[in-house]
Amino acid sequence: MQKRSPLNWRRRFAVNVIVLFYLPAAALADPADHSISPTNIFAPVSTPAHSIIGLSFFVLAVTAAIFAIVFSLLVYCVVRFGKRRDDDGREPPQVYGSNQVELAWTVIPVLIVMVLFLATARVIASIQKAAQPRNAIQVIAIGHQFWWEYRYPGLKVVTANELHVPVSDPAHPTPTFITLLSADTDHSFWVPRLGGKTDLIPNHPNSMWIDPQVTGLYVGQCAQYCGTQHAKMLLRVYVQSRQEFDRWVEEQSRAPHSSTAVSEGQRIFETTACINCHAVTGTVADGRFGPDLTHLMTRETIASGAAPNTPENLRLWIQNPDTIKPGSKMPAMGLSDHQLDAVTAYLATLH
Amino acid sequence: MATDAIPTFRAGTASLPLVVRLHEWVTTVDHKRLGILYIVYALVFLIIGGIEAAIMRIQLIRPHNNFVSPEVFNRMFTMHGTTMIFFVVMPMLFGFANYLLPLMIGARDMAFPRLNAFSFWLTAFGGILLYFSFLGANGLYGAGNAPDVGWFAYAPLTSKTFSLGHSTDFWTLSLLVSGFGSIGTAVNIIATVFCMRCPGMTQAKMPLLAWLNLVMAVLVILAVSPLSAAQIMLAVDRYLGGHFFDTQAGGSAVIWMHFFWIFGHPEVYVLVIPAFAFVSEIVPVFSRKAIFGYPVMVAATVCIAFISMSVWAHHMFTVGMNANANTFFVLSTMAIAVPTGIKIFNWLATMWGGKIHFKTPMLFCIGFLFQFLIAGLTGIMLGAAPFTWHLGNSYFVVAHFHYVIVGAILFATFGAFYYWFPKMSGKMYNETLGKLHFWLFVIGFHLTFDFMHIPGLLGMPRRIYTYEPGRGWDTLNLIVTIGVFFQAVGILVFVANLLWSYFHGETVGSDPWDAWTLEWSTSSPPPAYNFAIIPEVRSRRPLWDLKHPEDPDWKYE
Repeated sequence: MQKRSPLNWRRRFAVNVIVLFYLPAAALADPADHSISPTNIFAPVSTPAHSIIGLSFFVLAVTAAIFAIVFSLLVYCVVRFGKRRDDDGREPPQVYGSNQVELAWTVIPVLIVMVLFLATARVIASIQKAAQPRNAIQVIAIGHQFWWEYRYPGLKVVTANELHVPVSDPAHPTPTFITLLSADTDHSFWVPRLGGKTDLIPNHPNSMWIDPQVTGLYVGQCAQYCGTQHAKMLLRVYVQSRQEFDRWVEEQSRAPHSSTAVSEGQRIFETTACINCHAVTGTVADGRFGPDLTHLMTRETIASGAAPNTPENLRLWIQNPDTIKPGSKMPAMGLSDHQLDAVTAYLATLH
Repeated sequence: MATDAIPTFRAGTASLPLVVRLHEWVTTVDHKRLGILYIVYALVFLIIGGIEAAIMRIQLIRPHNNFVSPEVFNRMFTMHGTTMIFFVVMPMLFGFANYLLPLMIGARDMAFPRLNAFSFWLTAFGGILLYFSFLGANGLYGAGNAPDVGWFAYAPLTSKTFSLGHSTDFWTLSLLVSGFGSIGTAVNIIATVFCMRCPGMTQAKMPLLAWLNLVMAVLVILAVSPLSAAQIMLAVDRYLGGHFFDTQAGGSAVIWMHFFWIFGHPEVYVLVIPAFAFVSEIVPVFSRKAIFGYPVMVAATVCIAFISMSVWAHHMFTVGMNANANTFFVLSTMAIAVPTGIKIFNWLATMWGGKIHFKTPMLFCIGFLFQFLIAGLTGIMLGAAPFTWHLGNSYFVVAHFHYVIVGAILFATFGAFYYWFPKMSGKMYNETLGKLHFWLFVIGFHLTFDFMHIPGLLGMPRRIYTYEPGRGWDTLNLIVTIGVFFQAVGILVFVANLLWSYFHGETVGSDPWDAWTLEWSTSSPPPAYNFAIIPEVRSRRPLWDLKHPEDPDWKYE
C-alpha cells in the first residue's frame, strides 16, 4: 500500500487540511478579555458566573476533542477513499457491520456523557442550592413592558432600571439575592458578567443570586421576548463599595425636597395623566405602571437604559417617546412647549 | 390497488388542455403527485421564509439601524420561524416520504390515498391561513397584522390583554389546521410501512428510509397532538373566557412552555430523522458500499425517538425549575448524544473503504456530516444547564439550531433533491450548477452561522430588532448578514437548475446512479401504478442482488 504514490499524496493532503483547520484555534486571543465586549460571558466577576465558566471550559475542551477526532476521520475518509482516476470500475468490498466496533463507539460516548453529566450536576447544585447568608442584600426585581422595577424590602428603597448592589468581598461575602417577578409578560434577567439568566414569569416567582467581586457598571438586557420593545429593555447593575452603596441607600430613602420654583411643572405633572403611572413620594403621584420618579435625577439613563438622562432627552421622552423607544408604553403627552419645559424643570429637581 | 385506472391515466396527459391538467393535480390522490405538490409548496414557502430572514438580517446589519420598525421585525421573526418549521421543512419531508415510500417498499400507493390528499390540502390551507393574516388580522383594533408573538408564542403574550386583534388567532388556527394534516400524513405513513410492503420485504429488510420515516411518523403523532391541544386551549382562552394561560386570572405561563416544548423537542427529531434517512440512502450509493451496521442504525433511531420524548424541558433551563428537574433534563439531553454519535460513526464507516463519487448529492451529505457534527457538539454545550443559563435565548442558540435545521436538515434535503430529481422528472440535473449551488451555500452558510455563535457568547440575546453599539457585536452581525446573500444566490442557482433541467435536461434511464433500492427498478418518472408487476425481494438491496447474482446480499443478511 505504501508504495502507491497517489495514496501518499492523499495522506499528506489529509494531514495538511486537518492541521490547517486547527491553527486558528491555537491563535485565539484570551477569551476572558472583557474589552472585547462588556457583556462577554467569559469575563465573570461573580461566583455563579465563575462556576458556569469553569464548567463551560470543561465542556468546550471535551467537545473540541470529540470534534478533532471525528472531523479528522471525516477528512481522512473523504480524501483517502475518493474515487481514483485509475479506478477499475469494480465495486469495493462490501462490509455490513461489526458488533465489536459498534460496541466500542457506544460505550466510549456513554462514559464521556457520564463525566459531563456529573460535572454539570455539581455546578447546578452549587449555584441553585446555595444557602442565603443573613447579611445578604434582598432585592425584588419586577419585569414590566419594557422596564425594570427594583424594590429593596429591607431598605425601603424603590427604584427603576438601575440596580445598585454592594461589592462582595470573597472573604466576607455579601451576596445579593434577587426575587424575580413579572407584572405582565415573560422577561429574563441577564447580566452576563454577573451570572446566568433567570426568567421573570407572571405567577411564577423565581430567584437568583450574585456576589460581584469588582466594583463597576455591568450591563445586560432582557433575554426573553416580551413584546414590541424587548430590544430596548436594557439592564444596568452598579456594583459599589459598601460605603458608596450605603450612601446611595441613604439618598434613595430621603424624601425629595420640593421647590416652589418648579411648582408650575409639578402642578401640570400632578393634574395630567402622568400620575396614573408614575409615583413621586410625598405627592399625590402614586401610579405603579411606570417607573418611580422620586429620585429620577440620581439615575444616569431613562427609558430603561435607552437614552442618557439629560434634560433634552427627558423633554423629548415626554413629548414623543417613539423617537427614543418606538412602541414603549409611555404615551406622547401632547403638552405645549411651555408645559414641556415646566414639567422637565420639575423632573430635573427630583434628586 | 386501483389497477383499473391505469389505462386512462396513461393516455398522453401532456396533450390535455391546461385546465384539465391543473384539475388533475388538484384532485389527484396519487402519492407521487401529492409528494411533488408538497415539495413545490414547501419550496414556495422556503423563498418567502428566506425573504423574511433577509429582512431581519438587513435590519441587524449595524447597530441602531432603521430598515424596519420593531413591530415589523417582530412579525418577521415570528413568521420566519413558523413558516420554516411548519410550512417548509415538514411539508418538504412529507413530500419526499410520500413520493418515495411506496416506491421503495414496492407498493402502488400509500395505504390511504384520499387521506393523503386531504392531509396535503389541510397543510396547504394552514399555510395560506397564516399568510392571510397580513390582510385579515387587523380586526377592529387596527392592532397590527401578522402574528408577532414569536414562533413559540409564550404565554401570556398571546392572551387578549397583550395581543389585540386577530393575529394570534390566525397563528393558532393555521397551526391547528396544518397539525391535523400532519397527523393524517403520519397515520398514513405508519399504515403504509406496516401494511404495504412487497413480498419478501420483512421489517428487517426495509430500506433505512422506510424505517426512519416510520419512526418520524410515530413522533409526529406523539408531538403534534399536545401542540394541537395547546392551540385549542389558547383559542378557548382567547374566545371562550378560559384561563389556561391567562396569568392575569391565575393561569400558568409555564404550562404553555411545557405543552409547547413537549411538542417542540420531538419536532426537532421529526425534522432531522428524515434527513438522516436521506443521508442513509445517499451515502451508501455514492460510496459504493452497503450501509454499515443497519440493525444498529435502526436501533439508534428508535432510541433517539424514545429519549427525545423526555428532553423537552432543556428548552426551559432558565425558567426557574428546581435543581433536581434541571439535573434530570441534563442527563436525558446528554444521553441523546450517544445514539446520535453512533449514527455519525456508522455513516463514516460506510464511507470507509468505499469508492466515493463526489456528485452533488454526496457533496451535500458530506456537508451534512460536518455541520451535524458541530450542531451535535454545540447541543452538548447547551445540554449543560449552567452553560445554557448564559446561552439560552442568545444568538448562540439561534446559531445552534440553524446548524441543525439548515446545516444538517436542509443540506441533506438538497442532497435528496439532486439524488431523486432524475427519478421524479426523468431528466438529469446540471452537475456544474449543482456544485455551484453547493459551494455558494457552504460559503454563505458558514459566514452566517459560524459567526452567529460569537455574539451569543458576547451576550447578544435573540429577537431584538436592534442593539447597542460598543458591545463587540457590530462586525460579527455584518459578516452574518453578508453570508445571507451567498445563500440567497445559492438558492436561485438551485431553483434555476431544477427548472432548466426539467425542461432541457438530459433524459435519464430508470437507474442513473447504479443504485440498489426498488424505486430505481421502475421507469423515470414512474408510471401511476409504480410497478407493472409487484416486485419480490430477498435482501435490503434488491437491485444489488440483481446486478451481482454471484455475490448477493441475502447470503449475508
